[in-house]
Amino acid sequence: MIEFQHVSFAYEKDRPVLQDLSFRIEKGEAVGLIGANGAGKSTVMKLLLGLAEGEGRILVEGTEVRRDSLPVVRRKLGFVLQNSDNQMFMPTVYEDMLFGPLNYKLSREEADARVDAVLEKLHLEDLKHRYNHKISGGEKRMAAIATVLTMEPEAILMDEPTSALDPYNRRIVINTIRELEQTKLITSHDLDMILDTCDRVILLSEGCIAADGPAREILYDRMLLERNRMELPLSLMGRSD
Amino acid sequence: MNKMQRAIRELSEMDELAAGSSLIHALHPAAKLVTTVVYILVTLSFDKYDLGGLVPMLLWPVLLFQVSGIEVKACFYKLRIVLPLVMAVGLFNPFFDKAILLQLGGLPVSGGVISMLTLMLKGVFCLMASFLLMATTSIDSLCAALRKLHVPKLIVTLLLLTYRYVGVMTEELAVMTDAYHLRAPGQKGIHISAWGSFLGQLLLRSMDRAQELYSSMMLRGYCQEFYYADYRAFRLGDALYVPASSTAFFLLRTVRIAELLGSTIVR
Ligand SMILES: Nc1ncnc2c1ncn2[C@@H]1O[C@H](COP(=O)(O)OP(=O)(O)OP(=O)(O)O)[C@@H](O)[C@H]1O
Ligand SMILES: [Mg+2]
Repeated sequence: MIEFQHVSFAYEKDRPVLQDLSFRIEKGEAVGLIGANGAGKSTVMKLLLGLAEGEGRILVEGTEVRRDSLPVVRRKLGFVLQNSDNQMFMPTVYEDMLFGPLNYKLSREEADARVDAVLEKLHLEDLKHRYNHKISGGEKRMAAIATVLTMEPEAILMDEPTSALDPYNRRIVINTIRELEQTKLITSHDLDMILDTCDRVILLSEGCIAADGPAREILYDRMLLERNRMELPLSLMGRSD
Repeated sequence: MNKMQRAIRELSEMDELAAGSSLIHALHPAAKLVTTVVYILVTLSFDKYDLGGLVPMLLWPVLLFQVSGIEVKACFYKLRIVLPLVMAVGLFNPFFDKAILLQLGGLPVSGGVISMLTLMLKGVFCLMASFLLMATTSIDSLCAALRKLHVPKLIVTLLLLTYRYVGVMTEELAVMTDAYHLRAPGQKGIHISAWGSFLGQLLLRSMDRAQELYSSMMLRGYCQEFYYADYRAFRLGDALYVPASSTAFFLLRTVRIAELLGSTIVR
């Protein structure tokens, strides 16, 4: 449902960030996008959402991502930003969750029902009427995921969903991600989380795909990971193979 | 808490005030907006020497404070920065306008003093009315109301984004001043040599954040319409509120309450 065809991109001339990137993600797949700092992971997300324009073609369910198709494309994609502070802009969590559905012209009742269903699913009922500037970083992350889920997107993009979370909340986020039946594209340095949530991994290195395959192969490959400035997932450390 | 964080807190407290649940809060935002505009226009229309006529206009804000349960204290605390500015407007009148208008217990009072007081009161009344509007109406529903009154999308969006941008900017400023003071202990304020880079960074950082916020709005289907505000139909109560309060203002404007009172007492 997501396809990159020979995509290249640079923020500044002569400093390419992505070079001739091609891959394809099928409906329902859960894909982890990994790579060192500055490898271009967030940039891939930006291009996909049409927040930046590069060369090549990007398709979302057959629709090319172009300026005139953005409303159609964005409606299919839910994006959880790396920094939740920038994601939540309404006074309360509840209003923030309503924002998307109402923009998509759902009735107030339908939108309310969605909000309650999502809050229940994520066990966040307590957060509903809290003020965004008065909740902790982790709570805000959970709330940000909730705002995206109320839009019922067909694919969910998450940029570092577990950064800044304590182990308990991290576990909740991981379990939540596992339960989502949508197509998922997740970037993270938390390789254990990727191992837990994704079947497939794309490894980016200096704007190119260094590896693309089953999570159980790539994340177990110590040499490959170390060549690309990463380490084995903690849960696999100390295994002698 | 540094100064900036207090500023952020105050800004967000407006949101909290606006989330109250009094009769006034429950009114339709458009009704409140129109009424406030009418009040301000009527208040400004008083003659510059008509102090006695102007004073009774205070009744309306007092009534609103009562009904909405918002503390008068909160109003003056939040307006403490702008109030002196408004008060300063008429400060020079007594020097220009020295004609004696009336004697107060043998003390001559010049036209300048009267017009100064009138101007000050006009300013304070209008500020109070605007404060009450903001404190009983969330920024989003206010924007929705403006759209309902056919104010162009662009202007309304600008208003909303400015409101949010100010919040983002103060937040960034708070983080940056903290970071600065941690590495410049014992220093008051920010040294003048760092102002240039400090301001530049602030602008860039807050612009980046504002950009991300805006993207986040667009990614959730925002198209300069305000569906998400606590939207509801215009009810009979709202429809009555505007003419009822406007009539009250016009009565206050035309019937000289102070003189009536004065003449009955004298008689
Ligand atoms: N707005 C920008 N202007 C110029 N260069 C940028 C901009 N944003 C990112 N870059 C550069 O593009 C490259 C890729 O950035 P990107 O944010 O995609 O990396 P990332 O893989 O998400 O890294 P991280 O793991 O740190 O989040 C980096 O070298 C970065 O310096
Ligand atoms: Mg990133």
